[in-house]
Amino acid sequence: MSLLVRYAEQSRPPVHFFLDGQPQTALSGDTLLTAILTCANRLRQTEFTGENRAGFCLMGACQDCWIQVRRGTGPVERLRACSTLLEEGMSLSTSATVPPVMTGAAS
Amino acid sequence: MTAAATTSLRPVIVGAGPAGVRAAVTLAAAGLNPVLVDEAARPGGQIYRQPPAGLTRPPEALYGFEAAKARAIHTALAPYAGQIDHYTETLVWNIEHGALDLMNRDASGQPVSTVLPYDSLILATGATDRILPLPGWTRPGVYTLGGAQIALKAQGCGIGKRVVFAGTGPLLYLIAYQYAKAGATVAAVLDTAPFVNRIHALPGLLACPDTLLKGLYYTAWLSLHDVPLHSGVTLREISGPDGTVAALHWRDAKGRDRETACDGIGLGYGLRSETQLADLAGCRFAFNDLHRVWLPERDDAGRTSVAGVYVAGDGAGIAGADAAEAAGERAALALLQDRGLPVDPTRVTALDRRLARFRRFSSALWTAFPVPAGWAHDLPDSMTLCRCEEITVGTLRQTVRTDTPTELNRLKALSRIGMGRCQGRMCGVAAAEVLAHETGRPVSAIARLRPQPPIKPLPAATLPAPVSGEDTP
Repeated sequence: MSLLVRYAEQSRPPVHFFLDGQPQTALSGDTLLTAILTCANRLRQTEFTGENRAGFCLMGACQDCWIQVRRGTGPVERLRACSTLLEEGMSLSTSATVPPVMTGAAS
Repeated sequence: MTAAATTSLRPVIVGAGPAGVRAAVTLAAAGLNPVLVDEAARPGGQIYRQPPAGLTRPPEALYGFEAAKARAIHTALAPYAGQIDHYTETLVWNIEHGALDLMNRDASGQPVSTVLPYDSLILATGATDRILPLPGWTRPGVYTLGGAQIALKAQGCGIGKRVVFAGTGPLLYLIAYQYAKAGATVAAVLDTAPFVNRIHALPGLLACPDTLLKGLYYTAWLSLHDVPLHSGVTLREISGPDGTVAALHWRDAKGRDRETACDGIGLGYGLRSETQLADLAGCRFAFNDLHRVWLPERDDAGRTSVAGVYVAGDGAGIAGADAAEAAGERAALALLQDRGLPVDPTRVTALDRRLARFRRFSSALWTAFPVPAGWAHDLPDSMTLCRCEEITVGTLRQTVRTDTPTELNRLKALSRIGMGRCQGRMCGVAAAEVLAHETGRPVSAIARLRPQPPIKPLPAATLPAPVSGEDTP
């Protein structure tokens, strides 16, 4: 189930990543937001009611797309999904659960 | 600040959209060495936003009729590369004591905070969509109109397969056109402004006939391609199973309840200036009846109430990208004039004349596409107003009844409205309308949300460690 639909620029090189521990593929030049929402239907869950959110303004103003990210075995970082580009092998979480350390290739 | 630092003071421009880029180039052409600070990696602002490296559509595909203007803004800085310091991917999160607090990231991605003193400041901070919520607006699949456009422009993605654009303003029609051209089904364009307003606005809109013609072209194109266009509507509710978007419920101009099936919704009621930095710089604000918001006071050249601080572009009041270019150049010329440096008087006159024309046009746009009157009248108590802190209309009403705040910052202290991560960017306009309605006061009488640094969230690691001994009383 995806939320965003790709209409153009679909012949870019693939980038592999992990979403809630599962291997996924997006395209080079995708933001975290695009990468997640072309293969899932939420970015995060709210702190108070747990309802699903998927960003809103896409220009760094609404702050509704901060997610937890881990690069390799590094620490968990909170990054704004609409203004951060996806990198190969990133481990991303769409819930309050921290993204797991994922070793090995994401493909 | 040390004495050594003051000798290297430079003019600083915040924002690298059409206003900021024109301001920077104008100062550089006059022999100054400005610093241009912007959150994006490449110049253009949101209107002429450049996609990340690897996306290859040409400007014609991204910006349509505006491709030449976009390309001109993207390439304007290069000839002055030795004179303009362009700080990319850098957030200005505070202004204090004549200096900006900046946050960027070092080579290893770690956040770093630095202080940038300025001798004069041009704020070209742009705008975001003006949002009036409706029940269901926080669901995945609902985006601002600007966000819907950025998905397409910067990522080649749409917010759905069958999309509704709702609210009011010229952006509704432009974005609907862009989505339909990209291959999406535009299920409807729902404009809350009655059509007759556009007729009343026509004389003023003729101040910029080219822009008017483009607007008419998009509307005609949509009609010809059987996209349903409705004006004078009331937006009621977004519904769908399990928190998804499946339909938008609305009432047509004749009062009939209707429903449009969709999987994505773009929402916006014109634009709203980003004014936090002007506020932190100490600029005096005035309520603007036409825009129904508080804006920094300025003269026609962009001078604020604070000497050496200028505002330009949509961040100083919404007037669009063409006006922003003229305003950025005009503010830079004002800065030069105020320093006693020579400027070309015929250029100043020409810009002043253009800016007057843009003011007439943008006034007419607010007449054509006004904020819906009485929006706050019949909101359900259960509707979420603040998406950060998940505060409902009912909670606000209860707070107004029990604690009788008459001013927005008091309501913020009592209810946390506007206190979340977005600092009221998304809910502030709506909260002001609700408070005004509940207290029976005009929106102009209930003040504006005061910004708090950092104006956007920072990683805790950004903040400099306290100097040893500083905390000792």
